[in-house]
Amino acid sequence: MPTPTDRRYTKEHEWVRVENDLGTVGITDYAQDQLGDIVYLDLPSPGTQVKQMEKLGEIESVKAVSELYSPISGEVVEVNQEVIDRPELVNQSPYDEGWLVRVRLADTAEVDNLLTPERYDQYVAQAQET
Amino acid sequence: MKSGPRQPDIGARLTFDLSKPGRRACSLPACDVPAAELPERLLRRELSLPELSQVDVVRYFLALSRLNYSVDSGFYPLGSCTMKYNPKVHEELARLAGFTGLHPLQPSETAQGALALMYDLQRWLAEITGLDAVGLAPAAGAQGELTGILMVKAYLADRGEDGRTRVLVPDSAHGTNPATAAMAGFEVISVASDRQGNTDMQALASALDDGVAALMLTLPNTLGLFDPNAGRIADMLHDKGALLYGDGANLNALLGRARFGDMGFDVVHMNMHKTFSTPHGGGGPGSGPVAVKSHLAPYLPTPVVEKDDDRFALATPERSIGRVGLFYGQFGVLVRAYAYLRSLGDEGLRQVSENAVLNANYILARLRQAYHLPYDRRCMHEVVFSGSRQRAKGVRTWDIAKRLIDYGFHPPTVYFPLIADEALMIEPTETESKEALDAFCEALLAIDREAEEEPQVVKESPHTAPVGRLDEATAARRPVLRWRREAGDGS
Repeated sequence: MPTPTDRRYTKEHEWVRVENDLGTVGITDYAQDQLGDIVYLDLPSPGTQVKQMEKLGEIESVKAVSELYSPISGEVVEVNQEVIDRPELVNQSPYDEGWLVRVRLADTAEVDNLLTPERYDQYVAQAQET
Repeated sequence: MKSGPRQPDIGARLTFDLSKPGRRACSLPACDVPAAELPERLLRRELSLPELSQVDVVRYFLALSRLNYSVDSGFYPLGSCTMKYNPKVHEELARLAGFTGLHPLQPSETAQGALALMYDLQRWLAEITGLDAVGLAPAAGAQGELTGILMVKAYLADRGEDGRTRVLVPDSAHGTNPATAAMAGFEVISVASDRQGNTDMQALASALDDGVAALMLTLPNTLGLFDPNAGRIADMLHDKGALLYGDGANLNALLGRARFGDMGFDVVHMNMHKTFSTPHGGGGPGSGPVAVKSHLAPYLPTPVVEKDDDRFALATPERSIGRVGLFYGQFGVLVRAYAYLRSLGDEGLRQVSENAVLNANYILARLRQAYHLPYDRRCMHEVVFSGSRQRAKGVRTWDIAKRLIDYGFHPPTVYFPLIADEALMIEPTETESKEALDAFCEALLAIDREAEEEPQVVKESPHTAPVGRLDEATAARRPVLRWRREAGDGS
């Protein structure tokens, strides 16, 4: 699955797509593939303040429980109820239907700290070599 | 189709499914005392129990038992679990009437033999680990860990060091280590491993400050590697006033070779059910004694066995953290561990660790051409490969594990430790012959060829097991935990 070019990425394999001051957050195709079948998501309620690269929630697969990190700081304004009910959506459609939360950005300049799609692809390629 | 006496669907059926109204497994003699009159509100007219004849009950459970796989039926290289063979003489000894007839509340003067056994075991485990005192009470490895860390906490509190709120855990530790520290109320700080699979000493130095209570070091670690810096790590922690906890679950690799106490560890737990050859799997029972340096001895859980002249007695250490379970730990398991130590002696124990390490390195050497070795160095009692080469051909570690079932082997531990991609964690133990190791290696080499030539065979395996791939995702998302009679089924 090609890495979408309309968003930015973290080294922890989250993505954020920013429209105006609203950021939609999810995990990458590489992340869902590494995790295997996802069975449970623990996501913050709307109103929660999150900080860039601090814990956003937890994602549980048949293999392990992993922490999710927020690519950007701000306030959670919406949680994808669909993925709470059907966590398999994250496996099936990580970049689209499987989005996790929407965050109102505290500082749009933070996006510059994140990886471009090209840099993210390089990062994953390196990770797979080692 | 091959057919045999096995009932292939037996695993999917319950005794309820075989039930026919009126069938009985036994007939009771007529009641020779007057029937008690019970109030109507206590009586049920309908009781939903299966009704089967005796032979059907026997066949049902025998068929189920034949679906089982155990270390008595084949090679069981489950990494980190030490599935070594359990000598049958242990079972005989644990069933001696003098042990099985004991009552936990009988006066200790009448149980001197049992107490002497516990006392000797305490001494021997102290000697094996190079520590000063041992408590046998914890009933599992993870409980031993929690006991050890609670002792560290109590010790620090007594010294007015309550400000130490963090426990460092290398990312090559057993998963129970961070869980233990969190359960004991500490904040867990993960310390990275370096490229050789050892604790990253720079990462450790930057994480270590006056707020650290302890570091929990699994040795050998979950990569099956011995961290040569263990002694230096102990010095660094002690210089900062912190303690070093040892996860001794992998003690099988060290028996008679290296001692935790000599390396500077303050407290260590052991797993009787791994290193000392007592049965486990299927839920236990485990046994997780803790061994400590003298400064922690007053905090051991109660009871410990003490000797006064020729008499043995149960005692509570002065600053004991209290009870961690009922009575005196898993006594029956302790008897088996005692028997293991007595039958092997110190030379025998040295042979255990030698053969455990030799066997793992033999597997490493035979498979390294076909399977990627992410930490390329000599291992201890277990070896961690990565399925990354096979993955490039579309076959995952998961598939390799399932295919091993067709070859008649229990799969190794997979996807652990997390710091190895597509991990295959193989622990052969010392009790396997060269022939058994060769057969297992041949199977993994054959699977590697299949991954190249006919990957579908691997990806759709197992083909010979009573059930194929289970739907683990649905089992976790929407588990069915209870059998219910189907609606309309009046029987």
